[in-house]
Amino acid sequence: MMKKFTKPGLYLLLLGLAVAFPWLKFIGVDKYQIRIMTLAMAWAIAALSLNLILGYTGQASLAQGAFMGIGAYSFGILAQRAGLNFWLALPLACLITAFIGLLVGLPSLRTKGPYFAIVTLCFNVIVFKVFENWTWLSGGIQGQVVPQPAFLVQRWARYYFVLGCLVLVLVVMHFIVKSLLGVTLMSIRSNENLAEAVGINTFRNKLLSFVVSCFIVGLAGSLLAIENGQLDFTITSYLYSFYILIYVLIGGAATLAGPVVGAIGLYWLLDYMKKVGIKGVEEFRYLIFGLILILVVIYLPRGVVGGTKQFWEWAKTRFKKKKTGEVLE
Amino acid sequence: MSFFLNQLVIGVQIGSQYVMVALGLTLIFGILDISHFAHGHLYMIGAYLLYIVMVLGGINYWLALIICMAVLAVAGVVVERTVYRPLRGTPQINTFIAAIGLILMLETLVRGIQPKALSVPKPIDTTLRFAGITMEAQRLIVIVGAIVLIVLLQLFIKRTRLGTAIEAVAQDREGASLVGINVNRISALTFAIATSLAAAAAVLMAPLAFISPEMGSMLILKAFVIVVIGGLGSIKGAIVGGYLLGILEAMAIAYISSAYKDVFAFAVLILILAIRPTGLFRGRE
Repeated sequence: MMKKFTKPGLYLLLLGLAVAFPWLKFIGVDKYQIRIMTLAMAWAIAALSLNLILGYTGQASLAQGAFMGIGAYSFGILAQRAGLNFWLALPLACLITAFIGLLVGLPSLRTKGPYFAIVTLCFNVIVFKVFENWTWLSGGIQGQVVPQPAFLVQRWARYYFVLGCLVLVLVVMHFIVKSLLGVTLMSIRSNENLAEAVGINTFRNKLLSFVVSCFIVGLAGSLLAIENGQLDFTITSYLYSFYILIYVLIGGAATLAGPVVGAIGLYWLLDYMKKVGIKGVEEFRYLIFGLILILVVIYLPRGVVGGTKQFWEWAKTRFKKKKTGEVLE
Repeated sequence: MSFFLNQLVIGVQIGSQYVMVALGLTLIFGILDISHFAHGHLYMIGAYLLYIVMVLGGINYWLALIICMAVLAVAGVVVERTVYRPLRGTPQINTFIAAIGLILMLETLVRGIQPKALSVPKPIDTTLRFAGITMEAQRLIVIVGAIVLIVLLQLFIKRTRLGTAIEAVAQDREGASLVGINVNRISALTFAIATSLAAAAAVLMAPLAFISPEMGSMLILKAFVIVVIGGLGSIKGAIVGGYLLGILEAMAIAYISSAYKDVFAFAVLILILAIRPTGLFRGRE
């Protein structure tokens, strides 16, 4: 009863905080912080996309960075060079990403476990090398200019647009996870052979999950491109695949909130370490970041959100047991 | 023809480096189920250690080789104890995250201390000419050194009790611990062997190229490709795959394009796995 009431309440509170964020000047929210938050939310969308294929379907795709870059470049090229309308270019960019995801998924999803991770990683390196060397496509070192439509010129407008996209993606994920498709995907995650045996077409479902995940990460890439106003080939780097993976696992895989918490939290943390201004920290911040990764993965293997949930359940059962125990005695 | 032969020698030399790194990785990844992505960065540490011992410390190259292998063997054991052992029994992806953490730490540390690329002098600075082949002596040292190490590793695994124990753990971890093999000790030993092999590769290769903090990143990706093509945990597969990839790459640089040289390895892997989803050789499932 209590839980039913508190959960939506918590979500509404967080949403309210996110909406109010750009106006919180009195606690020191400035232009720069709004920008960081906008970028962090775009990364959160990317993390959610990986959560679908990794967290719920159990297939560790290490090509999310490549697909994010493909989405970003598709949008940039469609909007700038082809001069397409924003509302046409954005969905088209996501669709192109999803289509390339389909082409990649067809051969690579035949492999399982670590093989799949390596195959997708290899695809990412190929995409990176192609964007690095094919300057017509990527614009070389100057990169590709990304136009901002008139209604997104304002910083706060971009903030709310990305926030809206994040909420939309979260809602879509919620419905996927609660639907029959979500259950099917999770059954593939827990035991692929068994799922196959009870008549689930595992390959088709994995492919569907992969393609949807590519669509979403294409959106994340486009949003990043819009916020930055320009792009270069480094956005396709496999390092970003690693970072997205880190956001998901540190936040908590297979939870809806985990990837969002992981992405926004870690993005802030890294930026904070950059800003602290102590010379040593600026140079060595990835040293601390690496250490945090190792410690979290050892001591909180289910991520921050998963760990908190586990602790909450543990506390609740312990509390209840005591209570019922007293009654019984 | 002599151009082709020269490229072939370069290919075998690149392949020797790949084999030494991939052998260690196939032991760790295939046998212990750890996606040890930091293996390439331990290789990088080996190269920097060589710089410290040989250039700054003024010690002879061959003695430095042994020192580097020994120190890195210890480093491998330390990594296994502190980072990977607490993660045993958790999903493999967790070891992957820990490895990325380790990569970030090692690379940032080295770059923070010495951001510039360094070079190491060649121990024997001559050029050999034989039957139309022209090559630096160091290339021959890499090729011969790799063969010696491969043979030693094979002898160790096939002929000694400890080596047989490694093979036993590879085949069946629970079974091995049931018959009294200390799996923890074997795990540490595997790391020691693998990391000292990587150090040997780094020391042999260092005089031929610059050493830089990110030198291990592309190498480890290729080593993973080799391990997967060769079949997880298959030593034979790693050797064949490593030499094949080296030769393929040298030929691709010579006859197709050097800008895309790194793409071939990964394209070949995708092609092979699309046709045979579990690799060319029968590895462990």
